Amino acid sequence: MRLSEPRLLIDINHVAVLGGIEERGGALRIGALARHSEVGASPLVARLAPLVHQAIPHIAHPAIRNRGTFGGSLAHADPAAELPACAVALDAVLLLASRRGERKVAARDFFRGIYATALAPDEIVTAIEIPPAPAGGRSVFLELARRRGDYAIAGLAAAARPGDLRLVFFGVGDRPIEAKAATAALQREPAAGRVAAAQAALARDLDPPGDLQADGATKLHLARVLLGRAAAALAA
Amino acid sequence: MSERPLSFLDRPNSYIGRSVPRPNARRLLQGRGTYVDDIRLPRLLHAVFLRSPYAHARIAGIDTAAASRLPGVVRVVTAADLAGLYTPWVGTLSHLKGLKSAPQHPLAQGRACWQGEPVAAVVAESRAQAEDAAAQIAVEWQELAPLASAEAALASGAPAIHAALGDNLAFARAVDTGAVDDAFARADAVVAETFTFARHTGVCLEPRSILAEFDRSERRLTLHCSSQVPHMMKEIAARHFALAETDVRVICRDVGGSYGIKIHVYPDEMATIALALLLGRPVKFVADRLESFVSDIHAREHRVAARMAVSKSGEILAIDIDDLTGIGPYSTYPRTSAIEGNQVVNLTGSWYRCANYRARLRVAFQTKPPMSQYRAVGHPIACAVTEGLVDLAARAIAMDPAELRRRNLIADDAYPCTSPAGLIFEKLSHQRALARMLELMDYAGLRREQAALRARGIHRGIGLASFVEITNPGPAFYGVGGAPISAQDGCTLRLEPGGAVTCAISITEQGQGTETMVAQIVASVLGVALERVRVVTGDTERTPYGGGTWASRGAGIGGEAALQAAKALRANILDLAGAMLQAAPADLDIAQGWIVDAVSGARRIGLDEVGRAGYFRGDTLPPGIQPELVATRHHQPRDYPFAFTNGVQASWLELDIETGFVRLLKHWVVEDCGRVVSPLLVDEQIRGGVVQGLGGALFEECLYDGEGQLLNGTLADYLVPMAGEMPDIEVAHVMTPLAGTELGAKGAGEAGTAGAPAAVMNAINDALAPFGATVAEQPFTPARILRALGRT
Repeated sequence: MRLSEPRLLIDINHVAVLGGIEERGGALRIGALARHSEVGASPLVARLAPLVHQAIPHIAHPAIRNRGTFGGSLAHADPAAELPACAVALDAVLLLASRRGERKVAARDFFRGIYATALAPDEIVTAIEIPPAPAGGRSVFLELARRRGDYAIAGLAAAARPGDLRLVFFGVGDRPIEAKAATAALQREPAAGRVAAAQAALARDLDPPGDLQADGATKLHLARVLLGRAAAALAA
Repeated sequence: MSERPLSFLDRPNSYIGRSVPRPNARRLLQGRGTYVDDIRLPRLLHAVFLRSPYAHARIAGIDTAAASRLPGVVRVVTAADLAGLYTPWVGTLSHLKGLKSAPQHPLAQGRACWQGEPVAAVVAESRAQAEDAAAQIAVEWQELAPLASAEAALASGAPAIHAALGDNLAFARAVDTGAVDDAFARADAVVAETFTFARHTGVCLEPRSILAEFDRSERRLTLHCSSQVPHMMKEIAARHFALAETDVRVICRDVGGSYGIKIHVYPDEMATIALALLLGRPVKFVADRLESFVSDIHAREHRVAARMAVSKSGEILAIDIDDLTGIGPYSTYPRTSAIEGNQVVNLTGSWYRCANYRARLRVAFQTKPPMSQYRAVGHPIACAVTEGLVDLAARAIAMDPAELRRRNLIADDAYPCTSPAGLIFEKLSHQRALARMLELMDYAGLRREQAALRARGIHRGIGLASFVEITNPGPAFYGVGGAPISAQDGCTLRLEPGGAVTCAISITEQGQGTETMVAQIVASVLGVALERVRVVTGDTERTPYGGGTWASRGAGIGGEAALQAAKALRANILDLAGAMLQAAPADLDIAQGWIVDAVSGARRIGLDEVGRAGYFRGDTLPPGIQPELVATRHHQPRDYPFAFTNGVQASWLELDIETGFVRLLKHWVVEDCGRVVSPLLVDEQIRGGVVQGLGGALFEECLYDGEGQLLNGTLADYLVPMAGEMPDIEVAHVMTPLAGTELGAKGAGEAGTAGAPAAVMNAINDALAPFGATVAEQPFTPARILRALGRT
């Protein structure tokens, strides 16, 4: 249907070094070619990056999860996709390679806008490294989509480590957005009223553009609902 | 059940009323189906269309030179190149008084009136080459003001889309029984709502497809197409390309879904035929998914302002509706685009005893794709308006909505009767259906559960929707208006020498199981095993003449033709067997492939022996016997214009009041389609129809901007209902066999779609009731529900 007309298509499926899921140097390393279904079924991912494990079932449908890759989702950088938000929430690092060599870019610096990333034209994502979830860590993944598997109207990837909380929203901006004002409000003392305060503060973090499913105000409302639910789940 | 003797239907080994494996399922599931795109002919060419990117624009010039020079390109054509090959068509019917439309052509004549209208065609050796070339056609566009909304099109001073028609009002109709204002004046309560229904479309697994092959030596045209109406297409092609009717053959092999999308005449398909005539080579056109969204007919797009008057005791006193609908720039040929609005006027309120009815309909031209008949034409609108008003009225007089229905639904012993708009109901079973539903869903128990959950902040809703469905239409539907659309169907049965039966029938199979249903009837009446019956459909040279499959008519009309043909062939077989056995035919019967003694059931000779004698060993027969092992019968409804069915649906859902998301928990349907030939197929038809209705209620919407541009024309953005969101759908039947036929079957194809949106709407509004909120704009998206709740 000519939605995309590439002049050249290179099949990288046979490049073995791009695959695999392993624990390396204390971090979880997921190869760019790892399929969503493989990531979702990995006990290693479930243990070291439970947020990713929780997110995988929200990605499209089994047929797509059997083909779609971890690196592909990150490089595509759809602002409503699940894995970019997880990568940011987990302080992941992307490994990029070109003929010029390899480099590492933090996920929070990688996403630059709608389908826009820090990748140079001659670069590919080779793997992602995720710091392992610490003891006592919690994570919550929430997504609102019209149908199971659709892109999110609003979504939230939340990772709590002792002394640290990350709330990364997706589907509500041009890239995954870390809600710093809401996070600060949620961590303030005393606890009473802080969820409402965080929900109010979210307006400082997010200014969602409208899309076919909802206008910006509706998306902000839905993000606030997700924030409240995540806070309740993290506190439970 | 029925008082009539039903000997052929009640025989011990009858397949009627039993669920059987579908004979064609193995082939389809193994990927051995043959769709138009699978057909490859020698010298085949591929057509691709350049479509208008604008909703309304003048074509100042088209430069095809660059496209023509590309590799593989055989011809690039614009409107002028096809002139003289065809005659244009106009989508009017004489019995829809005042309906007007403009002539339509295969390619835009100097002006495009919707985004997606075909403007030029490329024919090339491959589809890819044709697409490459289409991208190189340069069109000089001069944009014209779009008239995207029906309101804008009918506003005073709005320019006429077709100047020759004077204005944009395609059709108008009014019904007034007279005392409506009086009834409203004396009512204890009056409720009013404006219901809106988004434009949506049918999404077939197999897109529209046609392969046209013209043999210049004999001037014979063969069309392989994905169609529900092969004989109509034959008639249309002969008429508009000046061919002899015997020189056109239409073949529809497997058809991957249709839902009414494939009963219309489309410009790109007519252009493909013209190209085959022009080039003398077979030409194939298969719509891709993106162009399907802007070239398949759309449906719905109604805004209905409605009122209902009710007494304190729960008597519906009057209904008043005003429907405005937009149909695109042309009334679709040959069924027109006025039928849906007409059905809304005909159907609204017709299942209640209310005698005071006023309706106004306005059908407007606009610069969007043509809108026409799609599954359940008009019914989902009439049902949602009626049933939405009933629930509002129940709330206004503080009466349970089931009770209000019970008090007003036409009594089961009141038939035959005529509705205020003139519909004649032969025999329906609304009261029994409602009673069955309340028991099936445990209505009282659900109400208790709902109240208990509400106290815990869980908001669930119960929605009911009674309905009628138009099935088995007679010639008064289209034929009387001058369209080459047959209301009758025919079936030819032939006994093969080995005792098997070949059945050729004019109704069609598009995945819904027609061939199975027909085989069940034939096998039952003839007394042979199901697997001994081979059903042939979808070929105008191999089947009797008939209307095809639309308006829920396959079982009721085609099934009756099959039954009568089987009776006739059975009589012929018994005549021959009687001669062979020196027995009176009346003393013989056929059972399990054997000629048996009618009384004792003792086997005499096999059908293979009858076939062998008839075809190969005439020398063994008594003198004067001429075996006639073939029989044809036709059937068309004569007693009533339509065979109405009825039923009631119910929805149980949970509303997330923070997000506006609806979760469907359960759906029930009780319906009465007369005799059920094949329970599994009927239930799945009902379920499939419900799913399409739920699509309209919750998901499907062709979103247009003010310029008439479709914003969501991909399957990523246009939300069809998917299994993950669908509830369990429980189906039950009340059976009131249709009078005037032996089979007694009415249609079942559209009932699910007719009632599902209303049931869901009422359930959502039931869940919203504690908040004083209501929604009436379909689809009921989270954003619309949140707005109703005042949360955004």
